[in-house]
Amino acid sequence: MEVTSHAARELLRGDLGAAELERHVEERLLPTTLDRAVAWARGNSFFPMTFGLACCGIEQMHVVGSRVDIARFGFEAFRATPRQADLLILSGRISIKMAPIIRRLWDQMLEPKWSIAMGACSSSMGVFNNYAITPAEKFMPVDVHVPGCPPRPEALMHGIIKLRAKVLGDPDEGWRDRYRARGTEELIEAPLPGEAQPAADSVFLPGDTAGA
Amino acid sequence: MPDATGLELIAQDLREADAGSVVDTLYFRERATLVVNPASVRTALERLRDRGFGFLASVHGVDYYPEEPRLGVLYELLDMEDGDRLTVKARVHTEEPTIASVVDLFPTANHQEREVYDMFGVVFEGHPDPRRILMPEDYEGYPQRRDFPVGGEPVIFTFNERRTGSYTE
Repeated sequence: MEVTSHAARELLRGDLGAAELERHVEERLLPTTLDRAVAWARGNSFFPMTFGLACCGIEQMHVVGSRVDIARFGFEAFRATPRQADLLILSGRISIKMAPIIRRLWDQMLEPKWSIAMGACSSSMGVFNNYAITPAEKFMPVDVHVPGCPPRPEALMHGIIKLRAKVLGDPDEGWRDRYRARGTEELIEAPLPGEAQPAADSVFLPGDTAGA
Repeated sequence: MPDATGLELIAQDLREADAGSVVDTLYFRERATLVVNPASVRTALERLRDRGFGFLASVHGVDYYPEEPRLGVLYELLDMEDGDRLTVKARVHTEEPTIASVVDLFPTANHQEREVYDMFGVVFEGHPDPRRILMPEDYEGYPQRRDFPVGGEPVIFTFNERRTGSYTE
C-alpha cells in the first residue's frame, strides 16, 4: 500500500512501513519543527532594552506593571545593555543629536533583533515635526509602528504581540526584504589565536565629554 | 516688583554711573523693564547686582523680526531680599550680534548664554566655553530665528500621498 498524503500518513502512523515512516519523518518532522521551535523560543522571550526617549517611555514602563503585565508573555527581562537585548522600543521623539546614538545601540544589538517605533514621533515626528527631530526609519529599520500620542500601554502591548506573531509565523527578519538589505549582515571574522583584536576606532571612555 | 517710580530711580542711578547705558524704561502690567545699550550691559548688570539684584533667574533671546535691531537678549533679575524682579533687555543687530558675556558676574549665565547662542546666534564675547549646547556641533544656522525654516518632514495626507511617497518604496 502506497500512502501519499500527509493526512493519511498521520492517521496510519502506527501501521506505516519502515520506508514510508522514514520518509514521513524526513519530510515532516525535523526541519520544520526545528525552525518553528527556534521561532517559538524567540517569539516568547523577547529581551527588550531598558530604554526610554520621552513621554512614551512613561507609557512603556506601564507594560511592566501588573495591569498590562508584559511578564505574562515572557518579555519581562528588560536588559540594560544592547548586547543582551533583542528588542528596541523607540519610545518617544528622536532628536537629530540622539539619532547617531540610537543607531549605535541598534548596531550593538546581536541578531536576530527587532524594533518597535512607539508613538507618533518616532514614526512621523508627530507634533514635533520640526528642525530638531528625525523619524526612526531615516536611520534604522522598524518592524512595528505603534500609533498614538502617546499610545496607551495596551496599544504597545498589542504591537509587541503583533511582533510576536510575526516572529512565530516568519522567523526571518522581514525588514531585510522591505528595506532591500539582503547581504548587509555584518560578519565579524574571528581573529586567529594570538592575533590582537583590532582596536575600535571610536571608543568613549568614562569622563570623555568631547562632543557632548 | 519695583513700581514705576522705583524703576526710574534705578535707571537714574545707572545713568549717573554711565550716561548712555539706559536707553529706555518700560513699565507694563507691573513688570519693570530696563532697555540698556548692549555695549554697557556688563556694567549695568554689575551695578544692579551690587544693588541687591543678586540672582539671575534667566537669560533668553528673542527675535523681534521685522523690527530692527532684530535680536533681543533678556536678563531676568531677582532681588532675593525684597522679592523684586527686573528685566534687563539689550537689542543687537543680526549683522553684528555680539554682546559681552556676564558669566563671571553670574555663573548661571554659562549654559543659558550658550543656549541663546545656539538658538539665535548671539555671540557672547568673553564666554569661557562658547559652543552650541542643544543642537549638534556641526549644525548650521540658528533655528529659533524667525527667518529659519521650521523644517521637518512633509506630512502625508491623502492629497499629497503620491507625491511624497513612503520611505520603504
